[in-house]
Amino acid sequence: MKKIYAFESKCLGCGLCEVYCKTAHSKSKNIIKAHKQEDITSAIVIEEILQPPEAVSYFALQCRHCASPKCVKACISGAMYKDEKGIVRNDKERCVGCLSCVLVCPFGAVKKSGDKKAVSKCDLCVDYGQPLCIENCPNNAIKLLNEDEAEALK
Amino acid sequence: MSLDFNSPAFEVIRNEKKCIQCKVCVRQCSNKVHSYDDEDNVIYSDDIKCVNCHRCVVLCPTRALVIKKYPLEFRENANWTGAVLDEIYKQSQTGGVLLSSMGNPKSFPIYWDKMLLNASQVTNPSIDPLREPMETKVMIGRKPEKLEFDAKGKLLTKMPPQVELSVPIMFSAMSYGSISRNAHESLAKAATELGICYNTGEGGLNRDFYKYGKNTIVQVASGRFGVHKEYLNAGAAIEIKIGQGAKPGIGGHLPGRKVGEDVSATRMIPVGSDAISPAPHHDIYSIEDLRQLIFSLKEATNYGKPVFVKIAAVHNSAAIASGIVRAGADAIVIDGFRGGTGAAPTRVRDNVGIPIELALAAIDQRLREEEIRNEVSLIIAGSIRNSADVVKAVALGADAVYIGSAAVAALGCHLCRSCSTGKCNWGIATQEPELVKRLNPDIMYKRLVNLISAWNHEIQELLGGMGINAIDSLRGNRLMLRGIDLNEKELEILGIKYAGE
Repeated sequence: MKKIYAFESKCLGCGLCEVYCKTAHSKSKNIIKAHKQEDITSAIVIEEILQPPEAVSYFALQCRHCASPKCVKACISGAMYKDEKGIVRNDKERCVGCLSCVLVCPFGAVKKSGDKKAVSKCDLCVDYGQPLCIENCPNNAIKLLNEDEAEALK
Repeated sequence: MSLDFNSPAFEVIRNEKKCIQCKVCVRQCSNKVHSYDDEDNVIYSDDIKCVNCHRCVVLCPTRALVIKKYPLEFRENANWTGAVLDEIYKQSQTGGVLLSSMGNPKSFPIYWDKMLLNASQVTNPSIDPLREPMETKVMIGRKPEKLEFDAKGKLLTKMPPQVELSVPIMFSAMSYGSISRNAHESLAKAATELGICYNTGEGGLNRDFYKYGKNTIVQVASGRFGVHKEYLNAGAAIEIKIGQGAKPGIGGHLPGRKVGEDVSATRMIPVGSDAISPAPHHDIYSIEDLRQLIFSLKEATNYGKPVFVKIAAVHNSAAIASGIVRAGADAIVIDGFRGGTGAAPTRVRDNVGIPIELALAAIDQRLREEEIRNEVSLIIAGSIRNSADVVKAVALGADAVYIGSAAVAALGCHLCRSCSTGKCNWGIATQEPELVKRLNPDIMYKRLVNLISAWNHEIQELLGGMGINAIDSLRGNRLMLRGIDLNEKELEILGIKYAGE
């Protein structure tokens, strides 16, 4: 199954992936409204890592869509599930916001969402042709790849 | 000194209705123009730091930013303009020589725009390049006076070394050091894919790039940085740089802060040391001296590579060019006063040298009169902006052109002319790893390939319109040019007729 891989060597840390992730997962799907009127948590997060001496490196954090996902096992309401394609998804209608998934995710890739109730995580932009973070990355630092393809590029 | 008299050059205008405080501008500006205020959830911009490179404008996802000329005006004065005063304020504060980047920006005449091309009508058919073969390939190098063949048609004449270009366009000399490794790699990759050449500039050639050798021209300049036998043999041709259009008569200076491990190894100088190229080559004080260097280089490469000599277009270019041919060069490169640079003293850039169009016409004419035009290829540089400039240059007598500014523009350069600060937001004229990263060679080389391919199509269209099916047939064919808005003297030097004649 193809997952999102971000390559540190190419990442500029501009944060455009976060902007488009929020837009993709907003109700309005409008970039300005999504940011000004809705409170959405981006499923991809760019972390700034300070490396000695002064160089800054960026690390993008997002769901690995694990083969046996801990978040699905821990979910008390059955909201978190693995769909037929292998994408780990969260049904916002069923989510009760207990945050068990946030606690168990070994990568810290499931996040508390702004709307308090649900959690936010990468769904590979199933509603779109291709994940918007990939489409809008100015430096081709994010790619949709199989595990072996990603290993080859590392 | 406490008071800075200079006012901002640009104003950053942010449309608050569109700004989503995503902070992309804050993260991307190496000049630290934008800053986010957590308390007010607002992004503020400090106009005086802005160099108008458009990085933030292009990356802003909601197009909330516009950069404009700062609206502050001095009392109107045709002589003491704002630019003149700003320079005085700067110099009276710092006591330093003014530095500028890129080519001469002043409003001197652009002769390309005063020449018009011909097209076939009725009496000779035009050619459709989409239906008929069209040749844009050129060979750069010395051509023998005549060719001899044996009875079977086999060539007997020993041909001097040539460089083959699929299009008469090459990427100008821009050293590794003045531009980033990624920018260099983009040029090298694109040249290889296109079947043209890029030029190392005077900073030597990193061993990782030897694989692009067939499409590389290695430069030998006054500083002799990174020059050794292997380097000379790594490329397709060798270029001796005597002068540069942006700063004729002036050497170069790469500040020590740009000399990191990699640049240091390539240039063969200590890390952090200033790389200073002297104004002259200290072993060249005459045409005879130049001949010695040309033949030393030919000797070092077993007479297998053409040697180019690059000079800036100055008052006596034609006579100098004649001397260069006689010194044994295989190609002459003439760089006009609009040619770009990473840094040049402003006064030199703006006041020294002559337009490339006039220099080219004068040199081509002189070499023809002396019957030595075939002994050398003419390559010109210094602000070729589009395919029409290329075609006009060929019609004036050039074999090929170099493009530098146009090539970096394809890589993202917005000509903000701040190269010398080393903070290039587009990852071109910088050595800071954070900024270099912004130029991904895998994406950017394709833009260069696109640009040259597009120009190639246009060149073919223009040639076809004139009823010519090979660029070689256009070379020096000045009947294909007509002048407009030019005086008698200009027409005489350019060797062209006035429109309507």
